[in-house]
Amino acid sequence: MTAFIIYKAIMCVGIFVLLLASAAYATLWERKFAAFLQDRKGPSRAGWGGLLQPLADGVKMFMKEEIIPNVSNRALFILGPSLFMVTAVITSAVVPWAKPVIIGGQTYDLQITDINIGVIYLLGVASIGVYGIMIGGWSSNNKFALLGAVRASSQMISYEIPMGIALIALIISSGGSLSLKTIVEGQDAGLANIVWQPLGFLIFFICALAETNRAPFDLPECETELVGGYHTEYSSMKLGLYLFAEYINMFISSAVIATLYFGGYNFPFAHEIYAKLGLAEGSAMVSLIGFGVLLAKIFGFICLFMWIRWTLPRFRYDQLMNLGWKTLLPLSLFNLAATVVVEYFRGNIHF
Amino acid sequence: MLGYTITQWLFGILSFLAIMFALMVVFTRNPVNSVLYLVLTFFCIAGHYLLLNAQFLAVVHIVVYAGAIMVLFLFIIMLMNLNADTEPRKHIATRLIAGTIGGMLLFVMVGALKGSEQLQLVHGGSSQIGLVKNLGKVLFSEFLFPFEIASILLLAALVGAIMIGKRDTNINSKETN
Repeated sequence: MTAFIIYKAIMCVGIFVLLLASAAYATLWERKFAAFLQDRKGPSRAGWGGLLQPLADGVKMFMKEEIIPNVSNRALFILGPSLFMVTAVITSAVVPWAKPVIIGGQTYDLQITDINIGVIYLLGVASIGVYGIMIGGWSSNNKFALLGAVRASSQMISYEIPMGIALIALIISSGGSLSLKTIVEGQDAGLANIVWQPLGFLIFFICALAETNRAPFDLPECETELVGGYHTEYSSMKLGLYLFAEYINMFISSAVIATLYFGGYNFPFAHEIYAKLGLAEGSAMVSLIGFGVLLAKIFGFICLFMWIRWTLPRFRYDQLMNLGWKTLLPLSLFNLAATVVVEYFRGNIHF
Repeated sequence: MLGYTITQWLFGILSFLAIMFALMVVFTRNPVNSVLYLVLTFFCIAGHYLLLNAQFLAVVHIVVYAGAIMVLFLFIIMLMNLNADTEPRKHIATRLIAGTIGGMLLFVMVGALKGSEQLQLVHGGSSQIGLVKNLGKVLFSEFLFPFEIASILLLAALVGAIMIGKRDTNINSKETN
């Protein structure tokens, strides 16, 4: 029992540190990437080639004066960013990070918890994530913040529906399990789910962009119309939490996409390569390689997120709603129907 | 611990929290706070579902009620900018009558549920009945008809809402791009 608690505690702390560190360096990478696309250098003064820039940003955020508007609801004003950060972090609980490692005859899953409703858990956390934005935007007592909050909530509810239907199609074609661990292990033996779910992946990816409030769906914080959007009144580290949570959301969305559609920690010819290197299944080295592969996939998706942000202009709000309800929803329903037909002929569904 | 198991402790704490938050929903004057307390009540009820080993029901409860319906409630309340000042103060006689009627309803419900612990479970079954797989099997075989009836009811409500919410077609045709 004590060993179990220590192992889970190590997992939780390790993944928390991983999330914070990767989100911090994602901010730097975002600026470097934007600079690359716009043919300039980006932050280069702090540290070696700008490597200490996230540290400098963090110190700046903490040292800034903290202003809480007099007329705002103080408790909710503080609750908003905290809740947003918490919901961003707890999504990571069901992501399997690497192959189970066997130490001293004991198998350790490199995943915080493997619940058999993992996929619905992800949807649930995504759906309560909007409270952080809504509470923050409303309690600021500012018209622009309120508009940003209202936009965020309607956008997130609209895009949750095609996301959920895309996930149903994925679950049908990956064997009917809602546990992320089982979904990843199914892709170890067979092909990655993207092969059977290309349209589903596209829908899921677009919805993930909308759920994380990233461009071209960043209307809740649209600075040309709404000053700063839902975080207009926020300053200091509370603003920092909102901005930081966006990067954590992006990191975890990438991890979830990689896990669901691209095989997670698996890669092509993994078993042949492990055999050639003389590594036994379950050894620490195999887990480490798998973890590295997963991180590489996540990094690739983060680059895709950033590429889209710095290439595409922002949608107009009615275009956003039309895309969600009139394009993505029928498309996801079509994908679901097509998946059922395909899986019937593959012999995975029995009537 | 004091002769109770952990499950009983959790049940007690969750029940206490659920009732406290439910009371707060009624007692707070600010509508936004009311909605947020209602969300907390839903989380407590989801905890009860977990104690009953109904994980699917617990998470779906959170997704649907806390994640979608309550967000829409909050959305409307924020759009209408309701707060404690706009809340009308009712006359003392109205409050007394409402309190009495509510108390009587509580009395009737407690009376109706009295003795329910002696009832025999019809679908007692295994402790695994709440898992997704078993729930889906039962829902799509044994209870298919009520399930479909419920979905037709929802569809009818959806169509009705669209009909009511639909604006003049002339305005709509101008807005399309």
